[in-house]
Amino acid sequence: MENIFHKIINIEAAMEHFYDGMTIMFGGFGGIGTPPTIIDGILEKGIKDLTLIGNDSGFPHIGIGKVVSRGKAKKMIASHIGSNPIAGQLMTDGKMKVEFSPQGILAERIRAGGAGIPAILSDIGMDNDIVTGDKQRCILNGKEYLVETALTAEISIVFAKKADPYGNLIYDKSARNTNPLVAMAGDMTIAEVEEIVPLGSLEPDEIITPGVFIDYIVPSKGVNWKWAWE
Amino acid sequence: MGMGVEVRNRIAKRAAEEIKNGMIVNLGIGIPSLVPNHLPECTKVMFHAENGITGMGPSPEKGKEDENLCNAGGFPVSAVKGASYCDSAVAFGMIRKGRVDMTILGSLQVSEKGDLANWIVPGKKVPGMGGAMELAQKAKKVIVLMNQTDKHGNSKIMKECTLPLTSANCVDMIITDMAVFQISDEGLKLMELFAPHSVNEVRAKTGCSFTIAENIRVIG
Repeated sequence: MENIFHKIINIEAAMEHFYDGMTIMFGGFGGIGTPPTIIDGILEKGIKDLTLIGNDSGFPHIGIGKVVSRGKAKKMIASHIGSNPIAGQLMTDGKMKVEFSPQGILAERIRAGGAGIPAILSDIGMDNDIVTGDKQRCILNGKEYLVETALTAEISIVFAKKADPYGNLIYDKSARNTNPLVAMAGDMTIAEVEEIVPLGSLEPDEIITPGVFIDYIVPSKGVNWKWAWE
Repeated sequence: MGMGVEVRNRIAKRAAEEIKNGMIVNLGIGIPSLVPNHLPECTKVMFHAENGITGMGPSPEKGKEDENLCNAGGFPVSAVKGASYCDSAVAFGMIRKGRVDMTILGSLQVSEKGDLANWIVPGKKVPGMGGAMELAQKAKKVIVLMNQTDKHGNSKIMKECTLPLTSANCVDMIITDMAVFQISDEGLKLMELFAPHSVNEVRAKTGCSFTIAENIRVIG
């Protein structure tokens, strides 16, 4: 494949950008749409003390859950960790901090990060200490709101169905989920893709994530975990 | 909860009566997931999944599952004619903007004012709220399907919830194994009974007082 934008790299080259203590934002919902080859790359490199931002903690053997279960994260920002009992245990034992954000507000915080907006105003969970914490409040047109800060990361990792060499992406059905938002919010974004197609073969109208947001493209080796329903 | 299949289906069937043609409906896990089985053929509904599907259809047959077409619980589903996929921000935009007509979910407790407590199980680790708060707070109608009592026989409908709230003052209707309640500004009202339960029996198993509709329907 022609690589005129120098974005297509192999997994080994991609992993050079990962290091201990960094913040990684990941696409996916219950592991669906989380990039399997990059997850394995993170495990092989053995980086630790990570801050992970994403919808949930996957399952112990699925998606970001593989990284979490091995104790590689010091902190998670997620909407729930219910499908990964090991994440719950790490939190209870004080080995991993978890900041919970309501699912759609988490998505908006990520979207704000990717859109260059510092924060959003929200009225979700205002009567709940776990949501409100010590967040700033503000009054707008006589109504009180929570200030929910934007989220960004040193690296965003996403999983797409197809990319062209510019990094224009399309996703596969419900595996889209948080990926287009996460793709925008990384200081650097690496897209793992099932297929790389020639420039011009994706219809401009069908592209979900413009390649502007994608720094590197890594060919996927495919999902190598067993789904909960299998 | 030890609730038999028949009872679960009876609750689901009653909940299905609330769904009208053209609605956008979000279903929680457990008994709510049985509701589509009880919809008449002619009722066209778009089922909404917060992971980005509008127009979710039933589970495919074994061997035809698509790992990238799953509901919010991570289990394979299908897409009906007219379905669409979107990202998570759009999926929740539909909820917060008030485009989701109804959410049907399970609960641990509901108060007489319609406070919902369904996200923290006592003595267990806090698993996170997921999308529950937004659905409870912003769906146009919130219907709770649950047992009348917990496994110790204590009423799950009470004056004040003792568990942390998912959202205050949001539940419009409760359907239990014994009865159907409506919650409005006037408070909790018993509307219907599942045979063979009586008003007195329901009263004995409800942790707060309630008014009684004039013409109580008895569901056989």
